[in-house]
Amino acid sequence: MQISENLVWFIALPLISSAILLLVGKKANSWGHIAATTVSASTFIIGVIEFFAMQARPEENRAVVQKLFTWISVGSFNVDASLLLDQLSICFVLLITGVGTLIHIYSISYMSHDLDRRRFFAYLNLFIASMLLLVLGDSYLNLYVGWEGVGLASYLLIGFWNQKPAYATAAKKAFVANRVGDVGLSLAIMIAFATFGDVTFSGIKEQTDAASTTQLTAIGLMLLLAACGKSAQFPLQSWLGDAMAGPTPVSALIHAATMVTAGVYLITRSSFIFDEAPIAQLMVLIIGAVTLLFGAIIGTAKDDVKKALAASTMSQIGYMILATGLGPVGYAFAIMHLLTHGFFKASMFLGAGSVMHGMKDEVNMRKYGGIGKFMPITAITFGLGYLAIIGVPPFAGFYSKDKIIETAFNAGGIKGIALGIATLLGAAITAFYMTRVVILTFFGNERWGHKDEPHESPALMLIPIALLSIGSVASGYLLSKGKSLVYWLEPVVNPLKEHHAEELFSHTTVSLMTISVVIIGVSIAVRKYRGDQSDTAPEKVSKLTIAARKDLFQDALNEATFMRPGQSLIQKLLNIDHLVIDGAVRSVGVVSISAGSKLRSLQNGYVRSYALMMVIGVLSLIAVIWVVTA
Amino acid sequence: MMLSAPSFSYALLSPMLIVLAAAVLGVLIEAFMGKTHRAAVQLTVSIGALLLALIQIWQIRDMSSTSAAVNSVTIDKAGIFLQFTIIVLALVAVLLIADQDNFVARASTIPGSVEEQITTQQQVKQTEIFPLFLFATAGMMLFTVSTDLITLFVALEVFSLPLYLLAGLSRRRRLLSQEAALKYFLLGAYSSAFFLFGAAFIYGYSGSVSLVDISASAGSANDIFLYIGIIFMSVGLLFKISAVPFHSWTPDVYQGAPTPITGFMAACTKVAAFGAILRLFYVGFAESQTLWQPVITVIAVITMVFGSVVAIAQRDVKRMLAYSSIAHAGFLLSGVVALSKEGLAASLFYLFAYGFTTIAAFGIISLVRDSTGEVSDLNRWVGLGKKSPLVASVFSLLLLSFAGIPLTSGFIGKFAIFSAAYQSGNTLLVVVGVLASAIAAFFYVRVIIMMFFNDPDNDSVSVVIPSIKSRISITIATLITFVLGIFPSIILNTANNFANLIK
Repeated sequence: MQISENLVWFIALPLISSAILLLVGKKANSWGHIAATTVSASTFIIGVIEFFAMQARPEENRAVVQKLFTWISVGSFNVDASLLLDQLSICFVLLITGVGTLIHIYSISYMSHDLDRRRFFAYLNLFIASMLLLVLGDSYLNLYVGWEGVGLASYLLIGFWNQKPAYATAAKKAFVANRVGDVGLSLAIMIAFATFGDVTFSGIKEQTDAASTTQLTAIGLMLLLAACGKSAQFPLQSWLGDAMAGPTPVSALIHAATMVTAGVYLITRSSFIFDEAPIAQLMVLIIGAVTLLFGAIIGTAKDDVKKALAASTMSQIGYMILATGLGPVGYAFAIMHLLTHGFFKASMFLGAGSVMHGMKDEVNMRKYGGIGKFMPITAITFGLGYLAIIGVPPFAGFYSKDKIIETAFNAGGIKGIALGIATLLGAAITAFYMTRVVILTFFGNERWGHKDEPHESPALMLIPIALLSIGSVASGYLLSKGKSLVYWLEPVVNPLKEHHAEELFSHTTVSLMTISVVIIGVSIAVRKYRGDQSDTAPEKVSKLTIAARKDLFQDALNEATFMRPGQSLIQKLLNIDHLVIDGAVRSVGVVSISAGSKLRSLQNGYVRSYALMMVIGVLSLIAVIWVVTA
Repeated sequence: MMLSAPSFSYALLSPMLIVLAAAVLGVLIEAFMGKTHRAAVQLTVSIGALLLALIQIWQIRDMSSTSAAVNSVTIDKAGIFLQFTIIVLALVAVLLIADQDNFVARASTIPGSVEEQITTQQQVKQTEIFPLFLFATAGMMLFTVSTDLITLFVALEVFSLPLYLLAGLSRRRRLLSQEAALKYFLLGAYSSAFFLFGAAFIYGYSGSVSLVDISASAGSANDIFLYIGIIFMSVGLLFKISAVPFHSWTPDVYQGAPTPITGFMAACTKVAAFGAILRLFYVGFAESQTLWQPVITVIAVITMVFGSVVAIAQRDVKRMLAYSSIAHAGFLLSGVVALSKEGLAASLFYLFAYGFTTIAAFGIISLVRDSTGEVSDLNRWVGLGKKSPLVASVFSLLLLSFAGIPLTSGFIGKFAIFSAAYQSGNTLLVVVGVLASAIAAFFYVRVIIMMFFNDPDNDSVSVVIPSIKSRISITIATLITFVLGIFPSIILNTANNFANLIK
């Protein structure tokens, strides 16, 4: 494999810039945002140079590596801090740095009134560095460092406006969901290490034959859990909606275009494991299908424009995850949808931010209406993104989503039909809820209830949106033309290795079906939302709508199944710690949480009861040994 | 009857002898030296002795012997690494301990009495802590290399008794401190009794007090004696590492003891006690592993889960770290259960890394104060990041290391110890361990969020400018935590090369 000396700059530049902005402090207020944006743009330029250099090389020499230093070296176990830039990671590098730079530019204007703008840009650069490390790491351990890094940057950015309590709660929720995912990743790494004695992608890839299916399935399922946490997939999806509390550029960058797609990257990167572990792969399909429908249904009922878009992100990532579950034929389409989605979703988020900017930070679409004529550029770019996401030809989403639906139908047997119907249904609902968002925001009666007219955003915000819109128009065609992306990724994921003998539906049939369901979805939405709308949400609605408004009760479910038992476990253990041992003076059961806190503030444990606790411990140990030997 | 003179290999024993001699010298200084320069001299003696001991350890690093002091001390690779760890940790800790402000001027005065006020006003300095500290250190060093049951017990007492005293010497909240010390003493005595009782049973079983002979006599006699012996001896040791259900003293003592002492105790006692546990189980009871492995596995699981979960409810930073130390004891027990070279190496690394992080963390805690002294109530740490960003950032780094986030030493330690446990087939332990560390991350990160994301309320908590000694100590310990996350090989390799217990 070729050696490169340039990869380190991808991470070093934004990391150093972030550190400087944080350390220099207020003195950097005047130039911090410019520096951060320049750095982000430089990483993009390096990315483009690397891309053309890679393209110029023959296929077998395209991947380059750079060893930074030996991280862990014990006996035969070696982990280098090494970077790997291959056909898969370059796609992500260009997306992260390209979209990232546009969002930096947008934020200069969007955050201009914030006193702490410099800190915001420092966090953005920190995020870019971590995300690049995530996709450039050549082993699971290196990936894990970036994985935790983007998590950290994400909390910092969600909680950036931490003066509002809701934001702190959102950051906490995101933290918990991500921790669950992290447990999955760390277990996967440990199992992989114990099985293969290696944690590098290339090392494990060569040895998959040596492992048993059970081991591979275990690794696969743990990786899937990790992907669910990071990519907001069922059942860990509930944090994404709340994360919208952060500044809008953050939602566009982290919660639409890049970080939330890390799960898709992880599964694609681990194709050599999933291809050999059918059960894990089936679970990937199920999770993807469930989430794409879940997200779409939730999207139909949200009045908060950002939350509607977040639900849509969840659903679109569901498509990608589902595609990765389809095996070698699916990976390239997952990545294609990921890239096109990166463009159109970022552009729509930034568009939503532009609307909020002109509407005094109002996010409730019921208070919008008729904004199109006041903010024409925002409306047009948002419209392009809309056409892309619902999959109207020749916009980007048509090419990528269509391919996923087609591959799903052709997966064979009942599985194929079920998946095909799910994806098709998802497409119809997507068309419905996105039409709803567009009508409620840009058309219809003006419902904002104050005299100040919305105003179009400054050029610094509109230019990035416009550039992203070009992506939402053209990227799908460019990526699928002559199967360019499929051939590009072939060495990494081997998509052409196997071909299904017979196809259930031809390409044209699937396209026609998709277009028809999209038309159905759009027309239902138009019928329902044309004409004047009320500025409050209707109360008499179907049960499904109520459920969708409440995120299909996922929060309630989490609360009932994890949070409350968790809290009661804490309480019980606390009681054991304070109560059983103080049983002589307090009867069990009278101590509530408040008494618990009183107990905490004082040391009132009696030595005799501590000693009693030890005796109980000894007796239980004897019991254990007795059981073991008996 | 012929009596041969006992043979001692003084070179191998010299690190311990140096520290013990310095402790005796410290007592003499207390007796004969004037007050004015006593503190400075005592500190010099302590540091000098530890440095000398460090040099000696370096000299003997490649030697080994099973008969360094007749047959009761085995100097081997693992023993040398553990002694080295204890000495360097003690060196960092003594700089914190030297900050006199944390200790009561004269321990014999009654809390709140006039005498107390007078001695405080006269700025009487508490210097007896230094010989006590050295005795404890020497005892810990001996504990890790003792290879018969009697020496093991003597070493246990040598390092425990000074710690009981030191725990009671806090300058502020003296009643709390004295209560903690008394509890620690009573319960410690209680657990020592268990230990001794167990040792007697083991002797009854094998007819020998030497670990090697005990191992050799496996399966030859009445197993009941062995079972009881193993359990009772384990209780004595599990008490020292604060494994559940022998942990109850930990939060009280961590909270009550003067903070530098808590740091020293939390770091060095863990090293010493785990050193002894590893030797006992890897050498003495290696042949009866089917017997004790399930027991220790159960203890490890309970300890990890209990420590991580209960820590969430704590509102006092010292109590929180006490529960965190309980959880870490559970993680470390996975290395004992692994019963492999990898497990031993991982444990050695973990102890080294954890020790430094702990000392640095307690060093930071001793800096956050209001007019009446240290503030350990977490609610008053809110917004600390805005008042003193540097201190809060350092503390955050330490917490992230406790939580096992990559690029800190804690991550490498956890990774090493869990993969060792997984490799030897203890899947359950690994799954529970990873889950518990995920839960634990929650309360560590909550403190970070409190410090950085909430605005300070205007009360008078402030961070004192640390003395140069504390500053050196905290800086070194923090740097090691950070550097071991990025370049762990330095110590990981050493631990791997030194993971060898002579059987």
